[in-house]
Order: sequence, then C-alpha cells, then structure tokens
Amino acid sequence: MRGGGTPPLRAWLTRRLLLGAAQTAAVALLVFALTEALPGDAAVALAGDQPDPARIAAIRTELGLDRPAPERFADWVLGLLHGDLGTSLASGRPVAGYLADGFGPTLLLAAITVVLLVPVGVGLGVLAARRAGSLADRLVSSATLAVYAVPEFALGVLLVTLFALRLGWLPPTAVGFGGDLLAHPAVLVLPVLVLLSRPVCSISRLVRAGMIDALRSPYVRQATRYGLSTARVRYLHALPNALAPAAQQLARTVDWLLCGVIVVEALFVIPGLGTVLMNAVAERDVPVVQGLAVVFGVIAVVLNLGADLVARRLAPRAEVVA
Amino acid sequence: MSELPPSLKTSRETGDLPGLRRRGFLAATAGVTATAGLFLAGCGTSPGPSDSGGRPRRGGRLRAAFAGGGASETLDPHLGNLFADAARAKALYDKLADCGTDMAARPRLAAKWEPNDTLDRWRVTLRKAAFHDGRPVTAEDVLYSFRRIADPKKAYRAKASLEPIDLAASRAVSPDTVEFRLKRPTAEFPNVLAAFGAYIVPDGTTTADFAKPVGSGPFRFVSFAPGRSCVLRRNDAYWDGAPHLDELEFVVANEESARVNALLGGQVEYAHELNPTTARAHEGKGRIEIVRLRNSAMQSFAMKTDRAPFDDQRVREAFFLIADRKELVDGALSGAGEIGNDLFGKGYEYYAGDLPQRHQDLDRARHLLKQAGAEDLRITLDTSPVAAGFTEAAGIFRDQAAKAGVTVRVRSGSKDSYWSDILDSGTLCCYRSGAMPIESHISQRLLSDSTTNATKWHHKDFDALYQQAQSTKDKKERAAVYGRMQRRLYAEGGFLVWGFADWIVGTSRRVRGVAPDAPANTLDWARFDKVWLA
Repeated sequence: MRGGGTPPLRAWLTRRLLLGAAQTAAVALLVFALTEALPGDAAVALAGDQPDPARIAAIRTELGLDRPAPERFADWVLGLLHGDLGTSLASGRPVAGYLADGFGPTLLLAAITVVLLVPVGVGLGVLAARRAGSLADRLVSSATLAVYAVPEFALGVLLVTLFALRLGWLPPTAVGFGGDLLAHPAVLVLPVLVLLSRPVCSISRLVRAGMIDALRSPYVRQATRYGLSTARVRYLHALPNALAPAAQQLARTVDWLLCGVIVVEALFVIPGLGTVLMNAVAERDVPVVQGLAVVFGVIAVVLNLGADLVARRLAPRAEVVA
Repeated sequence: MSELPPSLKTSRETGDLPGLRRRGFLAATAGVTATAGLFLAGCGTSPGPSDSGGRPRRGGRLRAAFAGGGASETLDPHLGNLFADAARAKALYDKLADCGTDMAARPRLAAKWEPNDTLDRWRVTLRKAAFHDGRPVTAEDVLYSFRRIADPKKAYRAKASLEPIDLAASRAVSPDTVEFRLKRPTAEFPNVLAAFGAYIVPDGTTTADFAKPVGSGPFRFVSFAPGRSCVLRRNDAYWDGAPHLDELEFVVANEESARVNALLGGQVEYAHELNPTTARAHEGKGRIEIVRLRNSAMQSFAMKTDRAPFDDQRVREAFFLIADRKELVDGALSGAGEIGNDLFGKGYEYYAGDLPQRHQDLDRARHLLKQAGAEDLRITLDTSPVAAGFTEAAGIFRDQAAKAGVTVRVRSGSKDSYWSDILDSGTLCCYRSGAMPIESHISQRLLSDSTTNATKWHHKDFDALYQQAQSTKDKKERAAVYGRMQRRLYAEGGFLVWGFADWIVGTSRRVRGVAPDAPANTLDWARFDKVWLA
C-alpha cells in the first residue's frame, strides 16, 4: 500500500501495462518450463501405445524436438514478435486457427456468465445486507454457502439428469450444434447455470459483507443524519464502496471461470478453449499451450487492470495497490 | 501395438471427472489367413445385424459419438491412432484386407492373393473399385500408399507392420495386379495387408489433400471441423454395395457421461466406448440398446523377464498362480469381460484353447517363491489412469499378492507417456492390448527384434519358431507351430493375462445392423455402411 493520495492516472496506467507485459512474458516462460518438465513430449504422445523408440526418434526429428529447449523457446518468441503463434506439433495446423476456433464458444459462455453474474450476485448481496440476520439474509447466506460447496462437475451431472434426461426441457449436451451456440439458446442454459453457480456465491457474499461494513461506517451515518433517504444512502453511498472489492473479485472470477469452462466444455461437449487446452497438454503440443498461455495472460492482465480502474472510481479512498 | 482408447477420469479417462481425454490407441492388424493360397473375392463380409431388424431401410442420418483427438485431429488415414480415427478412415477409405471376428484376414480391395512356393513373393489381384472422384483403384495407388506409409523420414503408424515388404523391389504387374517382394518368407502376409492404418489413397495424394479427402470407401467427404464433427455422405458407387444411410456424422465427445447423455437425449444414435456401470444401468431398460463387443481388449500384467525377480521362471509361475482372475474381472472391469489364461487372443485364429484354465493357488505360489529364494518379495507395480480399470486392477492384485506374502507397491505414472515409460523401465506393469492377430502380437512384442517388447522376451529358439511358422505353407502345420509357441508362453511367459474386456457400444433403439460380435478394430466394428435406421 502506498501512503498519501492516489498517483496520477497516466503514470499508474503505464506502470500497470508494463507490469502486465512482464507478467505475461513470465507466464509464457513458466508454462513452457512446466510443459517441458512433464514426462514425455509431443513425440511420445503422438506415438501413443506404439512407443517404438526408433519411431519416437523419427517423430522427434521431424518436429524439431531434438533441438535444445532454450533454442525452441527462443524460436517461438521470435515468431511471436512477428505476430506468428507457430504451428501445432500434433496436426501441423497454425496455432492461431486453434485459438480462433475455440475462442468463440468460450467467450460466449464467459460473457453470458459475467453479464448475469453481476446483477444476480450484487442483487443477492444487497438483499442479504439490507437487514443482517433477517430471514432473507439467512436464506441467501446458507444457500450460497451450500451451492459453493458443490463441485461444478457434480452439479452439472445433477442438472443434466434432472432437466435434460428426466424432464426433457433442455438438451443434455451441445453435440450437433457445432460452434453456432447462439442460434440454440436452449443449449446454453445448463452450462451457464453451472458456470454461474460458484462465482455468484462468492460475489454475493462479498457484496453483503462490504455493504454491511459500509452501512456501519461513519460517513453513511453522517449522511443519514443529514436526512437523506434510506434508499439514497444505501445505493448511492454505501453500495459503491461495497462494490469495489466485488469488482476486483469479478476480475479474479474470470481467471477462475477458465477452470469452470474446462469442466463445462467437457461435460456439455462445447469445443472451446478449455477443450483445446486439455488436449494440447495431453499431447504435449507446446506451441498450442504457449499460444493459450499468452492469450490467457493478456486477458487476465487486461481484466485486472479494468477492475482496478473501476475500483479506483468507486472507492477512491480505499487505496488501490498498483 | 495396441492399446485401447482411453476415457476420461480426471481427464479424459474413465469417466468420472472431466479432463483429459483418454487417447485411445488401438491397434490392429490384420488377420491371419487361412491357407496361404487363393482367396476369392466375396468370401467374407457378413453384416451381422444386432437383431432380426427385418429388411434394411434406406435413408436417414446417423450421428456417432466417439472419444476423439480434439482440435488436432486429421483425416489422414495413415496418421490415425484413436478409435475415432479408425472409424472415420474406415468410412472414407479401404484397405486391401481387413480382420474378421477371429482376426483372420478377409479380402477387401484385394480380390485374391497368391504366394509363390517360398512365401516371399505375393501376387495381389485388385477387385474393380473406384475412388470417389471416379478414378479406378490401381496397383500404382496401392504401391504409392504403402511407400508413403513406409517413408523413412516419417513415422506413420503402419510403418512397422509393412516392414516385411521390400517396396523398392515390389511392382505393378498390370493395373490390377501388384507383385510384392518380401524380405523373408511371410506365410501371414495377408495380416500385413490388413494392418491398422494401411489404407489405400490415390496415387500422388499429399498431406494437403486430406483437407478434402478422396478415398474408395463407402462414404464420401462432405465437411470436417477438427474436434467437433465430420459429415460424410453415401457413396452410391461403392463396390461392396451402397450404404443404407444417406449421411453419417462423427461427433467428438471425450467425456463418457457426455456420450451417454447425448445418446439418451436423442442427440446421437451411436455412442462408442461406454463404461460397464453405464451399460448395466441401461441394459434392458428400453431407452437405448447396449452392444457388448467381446474379446476386444486383453488385460494383463507384464513382467520384465530379463531382470530380477522375474528372470527366475519360478517367480513368474508364482505370479500366474497369485492372480484370482475372476476377482480382477469383477473388480477392475465391473464384470464386463471374461477371464484370461495368460495368453493373448482368446477366441482368435490359432489360439491355444486346449490348455487348462489357471486358477489361484496361493500355497503353490508361496512354495515356488520359497524355492526361488524370494519369500519376502517386495515389488513395484506400475500403473496409470491411461486405460479403464488399470488403477483398480493394480489395487486388487496388490491385495491378492499380499496373501502370498508378496509386498506390491503400486506406483501411478503419467497417462500421456505411459506406454513409452513402461517399455524399458520398471519390472511389473499393467498392460493391455486391442485386437490383432496372434501372429502380430508375437511379431510386435515377443521377438528379439520386436519394437515394443514390454516383457523383454528375448529367446532365439522362440524367434526361430516364429520364422518357422512364417515359412510353413500348410495351415495345419503352421497352427501346430503356433501351439508350441503359446505353450511356451503359457508355462513361462511374461504376460499374466487375467482377462479380456468387452468393448461397450450404445445405440438408439432405431439403429439396426450393428455387428454384435466384432471386437474393436475388426472389419465389422464401426461398420456404418451396414447400419440402417428403422
């Protein structure tokens, strides 16, 4: 934390962007090192259950995997600087194509989730905080805690069994709808419900706690003494302060949406980035893993930056660490 | 080699948690033929309807869900490793031969094959068939395809299977006749023609051409989105009779529960590779049909016979006697399979079915271990979630071994590199294999120069027996040699074969014509040209 007021916006932004670029580079390097550290490589994965050493050596040579790791990483970085993400080891197709194909479905899922997450999470939080300890508060708090405790996969299986297979209201998977999910909104209902389940709980609990703190704060009591209406105090003075931590949590939620997305994509057969990542790791397809690391790194940096900007606006007194 | 595909387990393994896709590798090779003699076309394709479905009805689209390779899938039939690849390749392309349910080779694009007296030259006559673009299938296409697979700079899967052929000396005698010159006598040469991945592509096909593949198979290419879907359309001019279906769509669903749900929800009509528990839950309930393909996967423990403690034959025999096979099949395969007798290929051609079934005998096992000076034996058993039932089998065997005074430590390894990891290191590991002819199993895994010899079975006299079999023209005599080899393996081999797993397929109630008895990788498995919708 820094003492004193907030630094000028432009200097702060520049510093944050530089830091973000460094973080992304570090992520790329770390992911590369971790993938290298996994047992086996793309040649072993491609050889599968036919691990004839001569065959593996031939694949290795063909893919250029027999070169030292630093050299391969340097090559990849040079390509990246020219905007070239390289080609997949497993298929020889450009990595950019993998990302483009997988990006649509994942972005759609994440966007719908976030759009619903904010009103639902904030609404529940405010509802609970209006009167701490009331019946509504206890219901919301216990329900959010209960749902938070259920792993996404189990929740997904449960929802599919009930709404798709028992009641027949919704399709059980996205099989056969290709990448065009928007044209079939029914397909999206269950995946989005699963994705929403945990972040809604964490956001609403944060908003509730922040709101209760804010309502007890001296400035809100002061505002009430000035004779402002309860609603006005609640929504214009207390809520913004409560939203600051929630906005930052929302940005973190997005990193963690990725985990949820992997589960949901597997369960509902949605061919997005989560699926691409799982396959690429299993195939030791380093260029694809690296491309995803960069994409996820950039997204995480941008989102956190955005969230901190929002938090600065909402609660300038609460210092936002750069 | 073979392995069967994976499922999801925390990954794409056996289906409880999401995650990684279990790559299914299968392998297959082709069948052994009967007389190394003359085969006339037309012997052999038996569409085995799964029920008396009545007269086939033409029309409709069948959607089939497989665990697949994700965004890195390709339609190059020479690259395929997974069941999904094999099923797609079979729909688009043909091989010269393919395996029957007993793994004997059946003619496909080859109408007949004839060896010379020394079994090192084979003349293969092609049937009249055409590629989807109308060009006839010729001897040049066959030679081009085989040379592409054998390219020394590449690592196509069937390369090892084609190794007996001297491709430089082989030639096209006429447009419909190929003369293959071999490096040595090979009585089971038709197995080579039926090898997993030995598909025939048009002369001059390059990797780029597989974006819009042209084959001679029962279905023509329509569209392909890697990791999502592949749509094919009936080839009315197919030499083996046009398919009944108008269209066939392969969809990829790596998670077993997703395949089942899609089937139950009417989103697909065929779901490949289901868990035994799923099958039990739905069998006879009327919503979907369950087809169990018997003898699809050998399940075993592989002992490395070149190092302690398994370099002592008595220890290997003790381990054969420690296994309670029924308990392993019930526990690790949820009962979906049958017990094994320490030999590969139950029910296949040349299988030594006359050997007595082994049973658990802990007293004799203890006695043998004591004789071998291995009373307080401690050993590590390598396993991995790479295949359904592996981790369970390891745990069950650990408990069985404890009753004979053997301490087994189970070590679980990475599933992505498992087959490569266990090839040379460790002493005891879980092992499985898809269907292939017994001859291929021996040549790939049990000879001194085998490329994937996981039991380190190196015996010059055993190699000589194999060569003798391959040089024997008379089938009865050849069967006798295979019998000798198998008796040797039964007595002191390195594979403790405890079971044969069913491969479970689910279909909607409208689907007819799914062969009920074709092990995975055989001709009639995933044979969608013989399937119709009632």
